[in-house]
Amino acid sequence: MNGLTHLQRLEAESIHIMREVVAEAERPVMLYSVGKDSAVMLHLAKKAFFPARPPFPLLHVDTTWKFRAMYDLRARAAADAGMELIVHTNPDAVAAGINPFDHGGRHTDLWKTEGLKQALKAGGFDAAFGGARRDEEKSRAKERIFSFRSASQGWDPKAQRPELWKLYNARIHRDESIRVFPLSNWTELDIWQYILAEGIEIVPLYFAAPRPTVERDGMLLMVDDDRFRLHPGEVPVERSIRFRTLGCYPLTGAVESEAATLPAIIQEMLLTTTSERQGRAIDHDQAASMEKKKREGYF
Amino acid sequence: MTAYTPDALIAADIHAYLDTHAHKSMLRFITCGSVDDGKSTLIGRLLYDSKTIFEDQLSQLEADSRRLGTQGQNIDFALLVDGLAAEREQGITIDVAYRFFATDKRKFIVADTPGHEQYTRNMVTGASTADAAVILVDARKGVLTQTRRHSFLAHLIGIRQLVLAVNKMDLVGHDQATFDGIVADYAEFAKSIGIEGFTAIPLSGLSGANITTRSEAMPWYDGPALLPHLESVPLDADRAAKAPFRLPVQWVNRPDLDFRGFAGTIAGGRVRVGDAVRIVPSGRTTRIARIVTFDGDRDQASAGEAVTVVLADEVDCSRGDVIAAADAPPEVANQFEATIVWLSDTALVPGRGYWLKSATRTVGATVQPPGHVVDVNTQAQLSAKTLELNDIGVAEVFTDAPIVFAPYEDSHELGGFILIDRETNATVAAGMIRHALRRAQNVHWQSVDITREAHARQKGQSPRLLWFTGLSGSGKSTIANLVEKKLHALGRHSFLLDGDNVRHGLNKDLGFSDADRIENIRRVGEVARLMTDAGLIVLTAFISPFRAERDMVRGLLPPGEFVEIFVDTALAAAEARDVKGLYAKARAGEIAHFTGISSPYEPPERPDIHIDTVRESAEAAAERIVEHVLGVWSFEL
Repeated sequence: MNGLTHLQRLEAESIHIMREVVAEAERPVMLYSVGKDSAVMLHLAKKAFFPARPPFPLLHVDTTWKFRAMYDLRARAAADAGMELIVHTNPDAVAAGINPFDHGGRHTDLWKTEGLKQALKAGGFDAAFGGARRDEEKSRAKERIFSFRSASQGWDPKAQRPELWKLYNARIHRDESIRVFPLSNWTELDIWQYILAEGIEIVPLYFAAPRPTVERDGMLLMVDDDRFRLHPGEVPVERSIRFRTLGCYPLTGAVESEAATLPAIIQEMLLTTTSERQGRAIDHDQAASMEKKKREGYF
Repeated sequence: MTAYTPDALIAADIHAYLDTHAHKSMLRFITCGSVDDGKSTLIGRLLYDSKTIFEDQLSQLEADSRRLGTQGQNIDFALLVDGLAAEREQGITIDVAYRFFATDKRKFIVADTPGHEQYTRNMVTGASTADAAVILVDARKGVLTQTRRHSFLAHLIGIRQLVLAVNKMDLVGHDQATFDGIVADYAEFAKSIGIEGFTAIPLSGLSGANITTRSEAMPWYDGPALLPHLESVPLDADRAAKAPFRLPVQWVNRPDLDFRGFAGTIAGGRVRVGDAVRIVPSGRTTRIARIVTFDGDRDQASAGEAVTVVLADEVDCSRGDVIAAADAPPEVANQFEATIVWLSDTALVPGRGYWLKSATRTVGATVQPPGHVVDVNTQAQLSAKTLELNDIGVAEVFTDAPIVFAPYEDSHELGGFILIDRETNATVAAGMIRHALRRAQNVHWQSVDITREAHARQKGQSPRLLWFTGLSGSGKSTIANLVEKKLHALGRHSFLLDGDNVRHGLNKDLGFSDADRIENIRRVGEVARLMTDAGLIVLTAFISPFRAERDMVRGLLPPGEFVEIFVDTALAAAEARDVKGLYAKARAGEIAHFTGISSPYEPPERPDIHIDTVRESAEAAAERIVEHVLGVWSFEL
């Protein structure tokens, strides 16, 4: 055997990180967003603890505005892994009727940032796995693999612990917690290659198919159910589209595409000239928006 | 500058392209140098030449460059590298950033550490996972102090592949003599600090010369361009595969009664089913029965792989143990000489208890005063009493329990460690084991036939250490005395160690500095432990101001035997009493390091017994302590 490939090394690193958390944390949980990165993370968890089941629950912080296809896969994936699935919807956001049509950026704030904090606190979780990657965005490039959060779950870039070798310091005081990113060193291409190599099931929306769409503010939006509010004069048009990232359906832009297989998706990804997050409205809010959201407790 | 242009093979034959990219290896490297050396430009160039910058990123970068950049109308690559808003505002970078790019042969992870003040800490962190270091030199300036510093740190952390990138060759007319002069200077320095070899490449990040292909501007250079060189340097992981087998056990996998697997990442060597292995430190031997993975059982596995093994026999083995080649097991010791890099704003306190984490084992540890520290700029050895932020020193480290180890130069996995502050849980230092101390290897525990249980049984009692802590003048000695009288009257065997008395004898060489106070408590803790081994109920009355030391003593004893008694008196009340007249002297500045005045007191967070001396008389407190302790006993008996 002549050395490990980059995917083998990335896989081993992620597994090492997950095992370290399970060995040192009291009550870990895995954030599961149903996207492709979550799918890879869940697959790695199955590998890390085989033949045991991953010894922690999955947590989905639900906004109630995900695509229907995501809810289908969510239930199946948890059952296949034999893991408990915790679904948390922020009761304040439910009560206030928060939705992406009326509330824009506040939608993310209330459902996700606040909802995540509530769910972690309610479950008493002291470590939470997240699928973020360092290549996604500039402020992520400096994120630790073990990201330390204060009792109020805030992130202070200056209070992060140095990480040397494979030695992760998971010691915390009561009420403090760590967010752990086992996919830190993966790139988007690595994720796709791994999905291909391992045959990991992902939400069908990543593959191109004819779907009802409207074009709005330069984004191509899919009309997933009858909650979608059409503007006067808007008529859904069937286009062959797919999604590069999946979030809340009215906030996530699709791309027109014919790529219906993994190699075709990867080919298209490599031939296009815009990076992954452009499809998400959240990043267009303002420069450094992600860092701001992280300080407030967003994943 | 134009953005991403895809490989022609992607459009022509995506399957062939994916096949090529499925077999890439991975190299992690660190870039060293300041913005002045053109480091950010070089990184930007690598990202650009490897087709990693997308159009939207480039347009964002162009917009940012106009708004925030320092390069006029030109693209400021520093903006691509400097991520955090706070840093952008201050125009500094404070941390390690990781960048990713790939060529047909390799995936690369670049650790970029552009900090200034925090340089040592950041560079050591970034370098700890790197296979190679690219050290940038400005061709106009040659080898500078910082070049020596970067090289020293890279060498210290064990990076074997050093690249001397002589940048900005376009600004010296691509002159060979300039390059040769710099290389000769560097070679002399490198040899002086023990660097065995390096590769020097003349290049220009700005023009791209000698980055991906050999530049026609420098026909005199016949070595490799930077990227092809990085594509071919040997990986540490491949070297580790040739070492003897070591698997530090991370987690025991026990889904049901029929399966017991040991999960971990192989730190060195390879293993096959049937191999004889030894569990270290216990020394038990057995064989590998299975190598279990999600994708089915394997015949063999090698360094860097995360596996789960099943052993042929039921042997004790848990997290922190190492499964090793039976005929070449690693060493075990509890005293080491180590190189330590201090990473925290709070300086080392010699003698204080820290957590030491090495591989998958965490133990209590203390660090002796450093033998010397190294000036990273001149590499001169200087004397020092402690280690402060960014200091690099050599010191002796004692662990509470023996640990499996290897010298760092043989194994980064078994020779590298971090120190964790017991109070704040911060990672305060990185260490590299040089060797075990000979005296540690030759001192063994003498096993005795009359055990501590036998001693205790003979006296008809359970040993306890009643640890009184509180300010000077709080009434510790008074209450402890009363407690001992009551115990004595009840026929219990006890002994009172009093702070003042011990300082007349056993600890008369110690003063009142933080380090001496810690040593004072350590010795008292050890003596008290020996007395509990003899079956006694020991009472100690020491100010013992630091939580960490009280916890250290607690850790010396079996669970439940250490009873922390907080004699709680407000500073004003203790000062008003001032039985010994010490507060008056301290206020007058005649006593340095006086607890409560010029040295801190850290009250217990959860004492076993809390005495409020304002509300409770000494007599009542003593009665309560005896009841508490006897109550526990009668319950036990």
